[in-house]
Formats: sequence, structure tokens, C-alpha cells
Amino acid sequence: MSNSISQTNASFEGYVTVSDDAPMGMMTLRGDLGSKPFITALTKSVSTDLPSACQITHDEQMSICWMSPDELLILTPYDQVAGLQAGLQKALGKKHFLLADVSDARVSFTLSGDKVREVIAKLAPVDLAPGHFAPGVFRRTRFGQISAAFWMQSETEARVICFRSVAEFMFNQLSAAARPGSEVDLWS
Amino acid sequence: MSTRLSSGGRLIDTSKQISFRFNGKHMTGYAGDSLASALLANDQMLVGRSFKYHRPRGVVASGSEEPNGLVNLGQGGQFEPNQRITTTEVFDGLAATSQNHWPSLDFDVGVINNSLARFLPAGFYYKMFIHPRPFWKHVYEPIIRYSAGLGKAPKDTDDSTYEHIYSFYDVVVVGGGVAGLQAAKTAGDTGARVLLVEQASNWGGRAPVDGGEIAGKPVDNFVDQTLTALKKMDNVTLRTRWMAAGIYDHGYLIGYERINDHDPSDTKPRHRLWRIRAGRIITATGAIERPISFAGNDIPGVILASALRDYVINFGVSVGDRTVIVTNNDDAYRTAITLKNAGLEVPLVIDARPYGGGALADEARALGIRVETGKAIAKVHGSKRVQSVSICAQAGEGAVLEEVSCDCVAMSGGWSPVVHLWSHCGGKLLWDDREILFRPDVHKPPLDEVGTPFVYVAGAASGCFGLDELLKDATAQAVAATGSKKTPKSPNASPRAEAQIQAVWMMPQGAGIKLRSKAWLDFQNDVKVSDVQLAAQEGFESVEHAKRYTTLGMATDQGKLSNINGLATLAGALNADIPQIGTTTFRPPYTPISMGSIAGAARGEIFQPIRKTPMQSWHEEQGAYMEPVGQWRRPYCFPRSGENHDQAVIREINQTRNSLGLLDASTLGKILVSGPDAGKFMDMLYTNMMSTLKVGKCRYGLMCSENGFLSDDGVVARIDEQTFLCHTTTGGADRIHAHMEEWLQTEWWDWKVYTANLTEQYAQVAVVGPNARKVLEKLGGMDLSKDALGFMEWADGKIGEFEARVYRISFSGELSYEIAVPASQGLAFWNALLDAGEEFGVMPYGTEALHVMRAEKGFIMIGDETDGTVIPQDLGLHWAISKKKTDFLGKRAQERTHMTDPDRWQLVGLETIDGSVLPDGAYAAGTGENANGQMNTLGRVTSTYYSPTLKRGIAMGLVHNGPSRMGETIEFAKVDGSRVPVKIVDQVFYDKDGEKQNV
Repeated sequence: MSNSISQTNASFEGYVTVSDDAPMGMMTLRGDLGSKPFITALTKSVSTDLPSACQITHDEQMSICWMSPDELLILTPYDQVAGLQAGLQKALGKKHFLLADVSDARVSFTLSGDKVREVIAKLAPVDLAPGHFAPGVFRRTRFGQISAAFWMQSETEARVICFRSVAEFMFNQLSAAARPGSEVDLWS
Repeated sequence: MSTRLSSGGRLIDTSKQISFRFNGKHMTGYAGDSLASALLANDQMLVGRSFKYHRPRGVVASGSEEPNGLVNLGQGGQFEPNQRITTTEVFDGLAATSQNHWPSLDFDVGVINNSLARFLPAGFYYKMFIHPRPFWKHVYEPIIRYSAGLGKAPKDTDDSTYEHIYSFYDVVVVGGGVAGLQAAKTAGDTGARVLLVEQASNWGGRAPVDGGEIAGKPVDNFVDQTLTALKKMDNVTLRTRWMAAGIYDHGYLIGYERINDHDPSDTKPRHRLWRIRAGRIITATGAIERPISFAGNDIPGVILASALRDYVINFGVSVGDRTVIVTNNDDAYRTAITLKNAGLEVPLVIDARPYGGGALADEARALGIRVETGKAIAKVHGSKRVQSVSICAQAGEGAVLEEVSCDCVAMSGGWSPVVHLWSHCGGKLLWDDREILFRPDVHKPPLDEVGTPFVYVAGAASGCFGLDELLKDATAQAVAATGSKKTPKSPNASPRAEAQIQAVWMMPQGAGIKLRSKAWLDFQNDVKVSDVQLAAQEGFESVEHAKRYTTLGMATDQGKLSNINGLATLAGALNADIPQIGTTTFRPPYTPISMGSIAGAARGEIFQPIRKTPMQSWHEEQGAYMEPVGQWRRPYCFPRSGENHDQAVIREINQTRNSLGLLDASTLGKILVSGPDAGKFMDMLYTNMMSTLKVGKCRYGLMCSENGFLSDDGVVARIDEQTFLCHTTTGGADRIHAHMEEWLQTEWWDWKVYTANLTEQYAQVAVVGPNARKVLEKLGGMDLSKDALGFMEWADGKIGEFEARVYRISFSGELSYEIAVPASQGLAFWNALLDAGEEFGVMPYGTEALHVMRAEKGFIMIGDETDGTVIPQDLGLHWAISKKKTDFLGKRAQERTHMTDPDRWQLVGLETIDGSVLPDGAYAAGTGENANGQMNTLGRVTSTYYSPTLKRGIAMGLVHNGPSRMGETIEFAKVDGSRVPVKIVDQVFYDKDGEKQNV
């Protein structure tokens, strides 16, 4: 951990604050989310509820994001990945699944401020009108020219995940979108 | 002369004076002025020159339909040509220059074209410049290009910012006039999410100028009240200076918001492009008045009647003191009344209709205005300004009855609904014989994905005139668009009370050629009635052909004023009905939008994503010379001071071969394939047998497309019984992952295999050279001896303090370990290797050294040895193609006759006799020539380098019967025509037995 560094380690105070999060534990789990035995085994080994399609669930220890009909992304503190991974391996046993640590493959950003929704709307083709992308919804989409996923942590805070190699590009384009003076005042 | 009136001007604030410059001359205006109104207030009637004949041009309209008033606006990084003065708001410090003249607006040499107009008819360019053929390229085109063009191209980088935004609505109402306001209110009342947009900076559209009453009060009251109500509604968004540029399938609508054009000093983005998904769109875009075709209708001072009314009422500006009005409908009488009430002279209203006008005409007469019915303008006199008009009978050929002196002529040829947005996505039009206009056919609207209408049209845009009528129409359209069950009452308003319009396409009706060739249809491109008639006569009967032959409607205003008059003229010339001729195609954008708005924020560092490895910052600090590989930038070499790139590459190779080099290999694709059927899947993906690979071992493999062509290669590591890790090329990672998923999801959906692209999870470093093991042992940790980790094996363990997966593989021919560590620790690991390697003189090497070293070893490179037409068999890779497997992707294709043809060129090594480096891509000369008189070829170079190891040029190439011609000398052709003799050799130039890598 002492050698770990986040990719950009930066923050920007615009009309929305953009900041690079500390490394976060992330695991890709692929499996048949329509299979009862699989779901039962999985439910027993994670603390939080499993998300339904296009949703994210949280508790104190982890968040689980719905990525596709056969893929989940599990978020935990960075140092808990190994333990959770071992637990899941054991719980899922001989069932057909793929579990991979992707903590370092991706980075996350926090956007905070009253107008966080409109800053995202400048980059992602998603309906962000209040009441339309409520906390609890999770979306894989694109931000400008790059793949990304995001959710609303609250009405004034959003988390954005992208691949590590484009972290700097993401930070720069989020900062440009949050540049003071470029307020759209769409929902205020 | 044009001037500011002492009263009037509902849009200007006379307490705020604004100063600006036009062609360097200081002028003043008021806040709220358009540049056009401000210029007119300064008696600047002449605003530009026409495109072809360089005729003097004045303001003819008041909105986005203006064809003449185009200027170069701003300076330096804010310079932009072809800005329309009627839609440009003045601001302090504005600087504009007029266009298309030399040396000055008042005295323009190009006007000579005007005297030559007789010799420059429609199609002149096509006829004149075709002979002699070579003249086009070398003489005509350069001259025409020099003299063509309106505004100047910007020279400086645009210093404004731009952005996009995505937005979603149930209903978008385009147009903030009375109809749009009513439609938005009606739609908003249903609870729908509504966006109401207006291209101008003010709400209300034309109605406040045109007069009438809504609910017994002036129109302004209705506008204010409705706006107040809309602003209180949370579900309604209002935006001004916002133009709907285009409508596309699935309710996609592009909006162009001009945020700070009227105040460039602030820090806001200049323009914002809105990318909207709308459930339903209501276009309440109003209508545009048409000019009338009479001789001299382009002389400055001839203006649309409605525009003149706008200038007087909105801006308190008059174009002349004595205005003759010419019309074929009642609306122009509003201008006569307005002028008279403003204290200006209207010596005559010329009404082409023998039966004259209705109530408005009576009102004008009551004000003492002289009205002549059944009359026409024979000719307007004047050059840079109107001096007088000759009057004749509309039914005749132009015999002058009297001449009336005047300094302004206001014309009205009827109104054309703005049907552009309706038409963009397939809405059809109807010709309305009574109103003399094309209006949307509401029974053939643009349809959505389930075949229901998604565009509705309201008010004047639908050919619906009269306040009472259009308010009811707007209400009904909004009800239909929202699918509301309730039909709210719309307020009562003044009904339309006008006498019928009469079609007048030429004035006078029997005008001879002299008059017709001075009657303009397209003011910007200089297309006259006679030109369209000539086009018809020469067989350009389709409206699209006539348009291109004459350039009618092809100017920057895209024919907003000229199209209907032009096609009516064409119909007349062809003796056809107007609907038979039809319109040209309406294409987005409605008016030109800035290039900056299309690019949005994508410029500078966010122009394009650049992928960076965890060690990128170190490479950049070292001054590495980077090359693009996919969206990555990889170090090509790490030049030291005083070194050129070639020298750096040689140094890096020598160091690596002799001691120790490091390569940042993080960009290589790493795809995990796992599941009970993973082995079966791997055997289908790769040409060789992968299912037999033992856990802990690595194997090089080839992947082909189903057409047999070599697509990607790389080393596969077997992680456990069910799991493989596939390394791909840098550029192939995402493509191959998608390729795997496609086969799994579409063909082998019942196979139990999952994949995951882990490329970015790891930083990967190739530690290469005779001292590779020593440096790793120095860091300590896992056993990396020859016995513990043999060639083509992998192991997990610790190196120093780093959790690592070590692959003992070599792409250079040296002792080599490729080590993957978590990406977040990549830079630390890299630095640890640099520190530990210091005693071995460690150096990083770039992609070029990598390429040279692999070529020395005769390894192929995807993209060099392959180009999409090469199969593994061409490259002598038979050993990597399983003969045992019943199937793999590409197998069947590789058995086809063309693929098994012994005449296919095959890979060999190439050594120049003189030791020189062959040019990349050079062809081997055969004997004789082909049917096209070109040299026959028998091979080509695929990779060529200077080898510092062998101290000579080495190359690989595909050669006809290559492998059976070892030792033969053939010749390669160089671009300078000379030939290089080359010996065909084995492509492995260095350490063929692999003793160096297997230590």
C-alpha cells in the first residue's frame, strides 16, 4: 500500500468540486445472476443486498453495482479486497463464475456541489433531471469520449468511475465542465 | 436616409449608449439594438457586396433570413466571418468589417462583374471553364478561388470556450412567439417536462409588432403574463438566444445556444450545443416574408415590409423618409399604418391585386395614404440608394404610368411558413393555393420509432395566421402532442380579417428580358428571374438541378428568402404547377452554427483521450520521445542530451543485449478467460492447441479472423485448470476482448466461459538482458533461477516488497522476465528496478528498440508483417497451427484455394549486399511489366531496421517462393529509381538456437 499512488491525486474547485478519490477496492464478479443457487450463495457472502438491474446497493462495508445481466462490480475499502475475494471464492465454490480484482484498473472521482447533476449532463448522455437519476441508480455510459460509470451518492454528490489510463483525461474534462462561469442553471 | 426616430423602440434602452466600429468608423447605438438596427440608425445603408456581381447590398430583413448583412466580426481570437447583422446584438467595443469587396465597400473593383453581367449568366462557370481541360486546374481554379468567398478565414486560434449538454424533455417547443408561448403553457399545464426556446433575445415573436389584441389587451400583456406563469412552473425550462438547429430520428434535437455573443467580455462559454432527446417537438417557428421580383429590387433601401415595421417599432429606426409600399397581400398595410403613425411619409401603396385589400387597406386610406390597386413597380431607380420607383400596371409589360420619388421601398410578396424543422426528419409539405404558401401536411408528419408523429407544428409555421386562429391552433397542437384528455380554452383574440392574397411571381406580370434580368431572386448569390428561366430553357427542369445550375438558395442564408420565389419562377418557365416542382431539401442546421460549438469542450488537453501507463509521468520527465499506439502514447526512445533518435535506439539496444534494459509493457492486453469450457474456447480462438497447456506454463499463440487472416498474437499463461490469461497486442486489447465476447454471446452462448479485460489492473515491466536475473535477485523475494522458473513459465510471488506475477518470456531473444504488479505500484516498482539496476547501467528502452530486437530474432509484429491480407501460413508459422484440432476460427478459410496457393508471397529474411537499410515497404522487382505498364513485383518489405547487434541493415519481407530461394539475390526498387541487391536469408538473424534467452 505504501507504494500505491492514485493516478492523478488532484482536485479542482469549480462550481462543482472535482476530486480524485483514494484507491478503492473493486472486484468484478461474473456469474449467472438469474440462477437461484448462485444468488443464494452470493447473498450469504456479502453484507449488502444485491442490486437489481441498473441499480447500486450500499452498506457500511461495501457497495454492489449492477454492470450487466451477468456482471457485478463490488466496491470495498482497498485493504479488504483480498479477504473478501477469498470469502467469495469459497462461498461460490464450484459454481461457474469469474472473480477478479480490478481495484487498480479503475479510478474513481467524487463530484460535489449543488449543481453536480448539470456538470455530469455536460458529459454523459443521461437524463439527470432531479427525480430522474435518483440515488440508487447506477449507469454505465460514456463521459465525453471515454467509458465511465456513475451514481448519485446524494443529491449533491456523485461518484464517477473510469479506467485508470484515462484518469487524467477524465479529471481534466470534469474540471472543464465545472469551470466557474459555465453554469447552465438548468435545474436551479 | 436611414436614421433613429425620436420615439419608439420597444427593445432598446436609450439610457444605455453603446459604441462600436464598422469598417473602422466609430458609431453609436443603444443596448438592445441589433447590429443591423444600429447601422441603420447611423445611416449605414450599404452593408456589403453581393457574391457574383459585387452589387451594393443593404439590409433587406430583420431576422435570420437576412441574405445581405454579413460581416467579419471581432478580432484576433474572437474573429468570425459571415456573421449576420440582423441577429447580432451590439455590445460596447464591437468591431465589424464588411465583406466581399476590394479595396473598399464604397468603391469595389469587383463591381466590374456587374457591367459584364450580360456575359455571366447562370451556368457561365460550367460552360466557360471546361476548355481547355488543363486550364481548370492551373489557371481558372486558382483565380476563382482567389476571388471567391465572402468573409475571411480566421487566422488566430479561437480563444473562446464551448461546451455540450445533454438534456431530456417530454415536449420541446421551438419558438417563443405567441403560438410557442401558448403551446408551452398548454403542455406545461399537463405536468409534462417542457423546454421552450427562442432564437432571439426577447420573447413574443412578431405579434407585438403586428398588433391586435388577446383577451381584450395588447399582445405584450399576454406575452408577459404567460412568461410569468411559465417561469413559476418547475416542469418548464425557458431559454432565449437558443436556436433549434436540426431535428433527427428518435426525437433527437440539436440546439445552439449563443451564450455570450452579445457580451464577449465575460468568462462564460461562447456557445453551448444542446443534444436533446425529446418525446415530442412542437415547432412554432413562425413565417418569413417573401420579397417580390421586380427590376431593381436589390438596391439598398428596398426592404421587406415586415422588417421595416420591425425596425420602426422595435428599434425606433427608419430606413427612409418617403417609403413606397408594394404588396400582393394585406399585411404590408400594417407597415404603411406604422410608418404614417410614426410621422413618416408613405406617398403610395402599390397593391398588385385588382381588388385591393380589406380592413387594413381601409384603415390606411383613412390615414390619408394613397393606394393604387392592380399596379406594380416597373423599376426601382438608384444605385447605392433608392431614388424613385416607376409605376406600371401589374397586368402589363411595364409601360411606365408615373414615377414616384422615394428613398425606401417596402415589399411584401406574402409569407412562407418556416417549415425547415418540420422537414428535417421527413415531414411533408402541402401547397396551399389560397394562402400561396407551402405549409406542413399535418397528415404526413415526421414519425417516431413506432410510427406515431413526434413533430407537431403550431401557428404561423403551420400557415395559420390571425391571433385568434393561431392561439387555438397552438392549444390544439400542444394537447395532441401531450396526449392530454382535456382541451383547455385558449384566450379569445383578434381574428384575421384580410382580403385574399394574389400570387405575384413577376412584377409586372409580362416583364420583358431587360426587367427580368434586373429582378433578383437570391440577393447574396446574384440569381435573377432570367437566370432561373434560362436554366429551365437549358433543360435543368428539376428544382435540385436548377438550384445547382444557378446557385439559387446556395448562399449562407440557404435561400430563406429566395427559394419559394425561385421555384415558382421555375414552375412558370416550365408551365407546371408549383407543387409539381416541389421544394429543395431542407437540411440542418437551420442557420449556420459555429464550428466551436460542434467541437464543444474537445480541444487542447481534452481534445482526445490519451491513455497513460502508471509510469508515464516518469517517461515524460525523462524527455522520452512518444509515439501513438492506439490511444496510448508509448516511449519510442529515451534520447539523452546530444543524441538523435537513431543514436538513442542503438544505445538502448546495445545496453539491453549486453547488460540490462527495462521496457514499460503495461499497455499489452491482458484478458482473463475462465470457466469449465475455457479450454474449448481457447482452442477455437487460437490456431494452436491451448487446452493442453499446463498450469504454470506459457505458450505463444495466434488468433485469426473467421476469414483466416492473422488478427492478433501473444503469450497465453495457464493460471489454473479453468483459467487462462491471454496477452494481446497493445492495440488489440479492446478489440480482442470484444471479439471474444461477441463469439461467446452470439455463437457459443451456452459455453461456460467468462472473460474480463484486466489490461489496466497491472503495470507490466519487461526486465531484459543478461543481468535481468541478477537485478531481480538483488531485490530479493521469489526464486527466479533457471530451475525454479524455466523459459515459458510463470509464477506468483514477491519481488522485493512487491506482489508480482512473473512471466519468463522473451520478445527480444535475451534472458527476460515480464513482471506484472498492481498498477498503483507500477511507478514504485519501476523506480526500484532503476535503483537496483544502477550497477548494471540499467536503461529504459522504447518501442523502436523493442521492434529492432524482435526483428533481429525474426519475430513477427502484428501490423508490420500483417496487414489484414496475411495468413499465418504466409509467415512460416505452420508450427503454431494445430493439425489435430477439428476446428478453430479461420481454419476453414485457410483451406480455400486462394489461401493454399503456393504462389502466395512468403516471409523470409532480407539482407542487403551492401549492408544498407532497405526502405520500408519497398517492392522487389520482377521481370517485365503488368497490363498497366507497371513494374512486375515479386515481394515487398514488411519490416526493415538498422541492427546495431549485427551492424548492418536487416529486413523481413514477403517474397514469391521466398523460403525455397534461400541464398538467391533479388533486387528491391527504391523511390529514386535505383535498385538494391538483396540476399534472401532466414529471418532469424540473431541467436537462432535461443541460447541467450534460455539461461
